[in-house]
Amino acid sequence: MTEQPMVRFANVSKRYGALTVLDGLNLEIARGEKVSIIGPSGSGKTTVLRMLMTLETINDGVIWVEGQPLTHMQRNGTLVPADLAHIRKIRAKIGMVFQSFNLFPHMTAMQNCIEAPITVLGMKRADAEARAAELLDMVGLSEKKDHYPSQLSGGQQQRVAIARACAMRPKIMLFDEVTSALDPELVGEVLAVIRKLGREHDLTMLMVTHQMGFAKEFSDRVCFFHAGKICEQGPPSELFGAPKNERTRQFLHAVLEAG
Amino acid sequence: MGIRTLVAMLVVALVVIGALATQESYQVFMPGLLQGAVLTVEIAILGSLLAIVMGVLAALARMYGPAPLRWLATVYVEIFRGTSALVQLFWLFFVLPQFGVTLNAFLVAVLALGLNVGAYGSEVVRGAIQSVARGQWEACTALNMSRPQMLRRIILPQAFVAMIPPWGNLFIELLKSTALVSLITLSDLAFKAQQMNQNTFKTIPIFTLVLLMYLAMSLVLTIGMRLLERRASLGLARGKAA
Repeated sequence: MTEQPMVRFANVSKRYGALTVLDGLNLEIARGEKVSIIGPSGSGKTTVLRMLMTLETINDGVIWVEGQPLTHMQRNGTLVPADLAHIRKIRAKIGMVFQSFNLFPHMTAMQNCIEAPITVLGMKRADAEARAAELLDMVGLSEKKDHYPSQLSGGQQQRVAIARACAMRPKIMLFDEVTSALDPELVGEVLAVIRKLGREHDLTMLMVTHQMGFAKEFSDRVCFFHAGKICEQGPPSELFGAPKNERTRQFLHAVLEAG
Repeated sequence: MGIRTLVAMLVVALVVIGALATQESYQVFMPGLLQGAVLTVEIAILGSLLAIVMGVLAALARMYGPAPLRWLATVYVEIFRGTSALVQLFWLFFVLPQFGVTLNAFLVAVLALGLNVGAYGSEVVRGAIQSVARGQWEACTALNMSRPQMLRRIILPQAFVAMIPPWGNLFIELLKSTALVSLITLSDLAFKAQQMNQNTFKTIPIFTLVLLMYLAMSLVLTIGMRLLERRASLGLARGKAA
């Protein structure tokens, strides 16, 4: 028997009124796989992450996580839309880092990292603090643990956000254009942390990115989205080296020209 | 306007009240007016507390409650916002006894004013909750928090800061509305003033003193809210001011 994929989108569609954002998406991500999603804006790539994080509902299809439905649940042998308790149970496996950091402004870096482990996982404060200290150390911000987000640079805030997401011990990490809001000189430090995370932790990673160099070097597979569909996917060497699809070629040409 | 200006205004008001109160033609009115002022303050404080409780409950019920609760909260808000505070006072004081429920005048005053201002307050609470950035809610979802956890730990502490100035307005409204309770037999500051005026026709000293006393009370309230706002927003943006 082959191993269950970590994540499986089965014929998933998302529509806003008459606008179809994702059109019958089928995508499987293996355990530990690092997948980058690239594509022009409006191609539905961020929506993929937001649906998986349950920030968006879906109109059609089913999303599976480790062989269990996320958006639905089994009842009398059929799949019915999931209730909140079921969603929360499955969602515990997923963490997300946002473009705009979304740190809690009224809490220090440390408090940001221990809030959910204490309130959601029911951890003891001392244990949560020990874990958070390790993670803040991993992202290189041990000395900043008592700083508030407003006292940190964008790059530092994003690194705290990564530590905060890791503190919940997710199996799947979603990165939604996490360097897009950063000044150019701060991009490197965040990407370095993601690289380290990929090396040291057994995480399945799914990222939407405009950093083509990073996607090429870091990911096992790159998916090019266009108009709500996966237009082309493959190992980065193939997709960047010898794109088969005309649209992929055009997109890469345009992006690399600008970069 | 800075807090210093407000404090200066308060000091001037108090000095003028003091100066007038020691003059012979004004002196006789002070004990009665102070007595009335105490009642006014009592009603204002208790009414405000009730308003806060009702405002928060009604807002949360309307936003997140199950359908019957949502419906109930909407009916409450629309009735108490859509009818005059005076009529509400009269209704509770004169009509309710006809149905066998007799409440004393003080309780009616606190209830009517608290419920009335609470109805406005619920919109303040709702607006403040909705003003918290969407990314904050999304971060909570990504951390798998339940809705009560999100509200209690992340959203309400941030919404609180946005609520303070509009609540300050409502408290001042409530303070001034207490003058209505003189119409349901309570001897508040306004009632005492009218009574003394009818007995003595010393219109100028009496109403000048009363004006200054209301002003002093509302300035104390405004200054208190400003200090609270300053404290609360410091907690939100520590380091920014430095």
